[in-house]
Amino acid sequence: MTTRVSPSEFILRTPAIGPAIALVVAVVVFGLTTDTFFNVDNLSLVVQQSLVIGTLALGQTLVILTAGIDLANAAIAVLSTLLIAKLTINGTDAPIALVVGIVAAALIGAVTGGLVTGLRLPPFIVTLGLLTIVTAASRLYAQGQSFPVTDPTLGWLGTTQYLFGQIEVTYGMAVMLAMFVGLWYALTKTAWGKHVYAVGNDPEAARLSGIHVRRTVLSVYVVAGLCYGIAAWQALGRVPNADPNAFQLGNLDSITAVVIGGTSLFGGRGSVLGTLVGALIVAVLRSGLTQAGIDNLYQDVATGALVIAAVAVDRFSRGRQR
Amino acid sequence: MTPVLEAHGLVKRYGRVTAMDGADFELSAGEVLAVVGDNGAGKSTLIKALSGAVVPDAGQILVEGKPVRFHGPLDARRYGIETVYQDLALAPALDIATNLFLGRERRRSGPLGALFRRLDAKGMRRDARRVLDELGIDVKSMTQLVETLSGGQRQAVAVARAAAFGSRVVIMDEPTAALGVQESGRVLELIDRIRDRGLPVVLISHNMPHVFEIADRVHVHRLGKRVAVVSPKTHSMNAVVGLLTGALRMGDDGTIEEVGLTTGLGRS
Amino acid sequence: MGRRGPALLAALAVVALAVGCTSTKSGSEESTGDGKTKIGLVTKTDSNPYFVALRDAAKAEADKNGAELVALAGKFDGDNDGQVAAIENLVQQGAKTILVTPNNSTGILGAIKKARDRGVLVIALDTETDPQDAVDATIATDNTNAGRLQGQYVKAALNGQPARSILLDGTPGSTVSEQRHAGFVEAAQPENLGTEATNGEQNKAQQATENLLQRATTVNSIYTLNEPAARGAYSALKAKGLADRVVIGSIDGSCDGVEAVKSGEIAVTVMQFPKKMAEQGVRFAVEFAKSGKKPTGFVETETAVITDKPLAGIDSEDTAWGLENCWG
Repeated sequence: MTTRVSPSEFILRTPAIGPAIALVVAVVVFGLTTDTFFNVDNLSLVVQQSLVIGTLALGQTLVILTAGIDLANAAIAVLSTLLIAKLTINGTDAPIALVVGIVAAALIGAVTGGLVTGLRLPPFIVTLGLLTIVTAASRLYAQGQSFPVTDPTLGWLGTTQYLFGQIEVTYGMAVMLAMFVGLWYALTKTAWGKHVYAVGNDPEAARLSGIHVRRTVLSVYVVAGLCYGIAAWQALGRVPNADPNAFQLGNLDSITAVVIGGTSLFGGRGSVLGTLVGALIVAVLRSGLTQAGIDNLYQDVATGALVIAAVAVDRFSRGRQR
Repeated sequence: MTPVLEAHGLVKRYGRVTAMDGADFELSAGEVLAVVGDNGAGKSTLIKALSGAVVPDAGQILVEGKPVRFHGPLDARRYGIETVYQDLALAPALDIATNLFLGRERRRSGPLGALFRRLDAKGMRRDARRVLDELGIDVKSMTQLVETLSGGQRQAVAVARAAAFGSRVVIMDEPTAALGVQESGRVLELIDRIRDRGLPVVLISHNMPHVFEIADRVHVHRLGKRVAVVSPKTHSMNAVVGLLTGALRMGDDGTIEEVGLTTGLGRS
Repeated sequence: MGRRGPALLAALAVVALAVGCTSTKSGSEESTGDGKTKIGLVTKTDSNPYFVALRDAAKAEADKNGAELVALAGKFDGDNDGQVAAIENLVQQGAKTILVTPNNSTGILGAIKKARDRGVLVIALDTETDPQDAVDATIATDNTNAGRLQGQYVKAALNGQPARSILLDGTPGSTVSEQRHAGFVEAAQPENLGTEATNGEQNKAQQATENLLQRATTVNSIYTLNEPAARGAYSALKAKGLADRVVIGSIDGSCDGVEAVKSGEIAVTVMQFPKKMAEQGVRFAVEFAKSGKKPTGFVETETAVITDKPLAGIDSEDTAWGLENCWG
């Protein structure tokens, strides 16, 4: 590079760099301090453990980039798993049930976006309401039951393959990777992506620049809904059982991944790469601290500390520019 | 010659407040027209009407003699009228090139653009660089984030955007208000260069020295309407200040006379 | 910190955490040493006193036998994903036995199967899996029987009056909740005046009872899945002045619950013994490590009816005994 870029500008430009360093450091530290962390099997496991929250967090990233927040994402995914499982049990072809479940999630996303843009309500309130409604809908629909899933299509994302006969991978990882690449491309290489950032950065400036702000925000919630639907599929791959009580903290866990990944809760800054790294950090901490024999609750302490650190970094790097 | 942009009898009311009360406006080709007026005189409403951000209740706007109706900023833009807003309307977290093309990004040619909606980032950066060079705006790189720029540089980017896309008119709302002496000077030079390119500029400003330095004509706005148009060459700054405060009045023949003040408390 | 501050801040945070944590780790390693049998315990949550009692007992038993116990938990009732990850991580770190109280009888079967495929002994504690043979063995209270015991007592306490009951369940879909409920209904044959899911929480139970009492004016008994629910029900009854004419039955045997029986808030509770489950589980694990012998089938841990108003035909213990044997 010929032009010298100051470190703080580098962070502004590459918000995923801090989290990436943190991830590497965490992996190295756990690798050095425990015997069982740093091996192919365990690292593969860590990735598998981050898939559901990671997928939810990809959708959440889009919403947060527009300076919104989605408290209902995990609830939507849970409803989607129930739809898929129940339809299949009642005789619908699994692939059709799957599509129905994913489309339903996108539709709920459209409703969220419609309420946010149409009625100009704060996303926090809209999604808080939807969280309650969707959770209740799930429970009504499930009638107090949970539904084991046996169909291979529905569990496909959890199927393991071995790369070079050594590395355990699942189709879920491939789907996650594909989603990540797709969203990264859409956000950085298309006008839509630029508009998402601009809308989150300064909606009035975006409007005056001729961006259809409401249309952009609505589209974000729909795409996010699609992500949640795919997260439902990922969830069935991990735990082949649709349970209305599952993922009650998925909304907060996904926000945690997004924030640790360096995306700003104030909107307009961040990346899906950061979110991927953020989701991995959470899984690495959980796995590594478990291998090190540390109590569950300290893992939560560690994650919480990271969230605060991440937001502090965000504030700090932006504060320099003001 | 037909004015590039003109308006007759514009009226805009907000509830009981009348922001524009039969305002007229006229911009000729190739000129810098300053619009001055006291706070609350309604000049910003006038400008918003001309840039499409406000739809007037009555009156007519004409572009090169043809009546038009603007329902939003995009409509005005389609007629080649670009506005530099006071808060600049830039997205600070995005880079210069992206901001310059924000809302009118260019896609790559071929299937990559048509099918995959891929932006022509390189081309846009190149063009952004060309526009900024032409206007003599000095920034390191087109990929620099706007939030890392100084106030003057940001103003310059916003002005460059308007100049790049404005084919008929560039409207600037208080471009020097937030700037220091040196940076203000640069922005005035920029306005000069835009005029040299043949693009007329509407300049809203409170700063009389700036107005007198750059403007060809001065539109004086008071109580929701135009009360005078004067030339800086023939009229003094004091005369303009007198007109906009209402101490002076311009007659139909262009002569300026003092207004007798009746305060109601005055001695009889 | 200069201009590089932000770049390092995140990294430092992680280093500090990791280092802080590993120092704790090395401390514990010194005390346990190497070559010890590693036993994993995965409970539903780590906030519920029942599971805390279970965990503490397991730890104590493991220490006594020179084994190392690693305790993990889900984050909330229904956190299948968290339990799956916990099982995976335990297998990864070389646990020979995993004791698990599944959040959902079918939710974590995949992870259990993977663990067993790798030779790990998996024992369900407290809650059965469906099917039961998804695990090597189950150590639990016979929850249907616990419900039945509650029902028998309530029926006897009503002196020939038919039972008109409000039924307060746990988390919707929980096996334990369903089994206890079924046992109660079988033994007490109540007229059902309303069933509500309380998730076993006191304030939810109170609310549910308050609401049901609006129309269930003839109620004479309340079935509760656990003691917090029973206390919630009592508060609602007391506010309505109905506490004297309604018999509240419960299950669990927590020390708080036994106190509530002692003070008369609850008529009866069926005590279960999480400590014994945990100890039994750890003993199986130790045996497995020594001889490779795996336990099989359903190992029932006993129950005891605790009340200060013993009734003819029902074996019971008083609250003094209860307070000596309670958990939490």
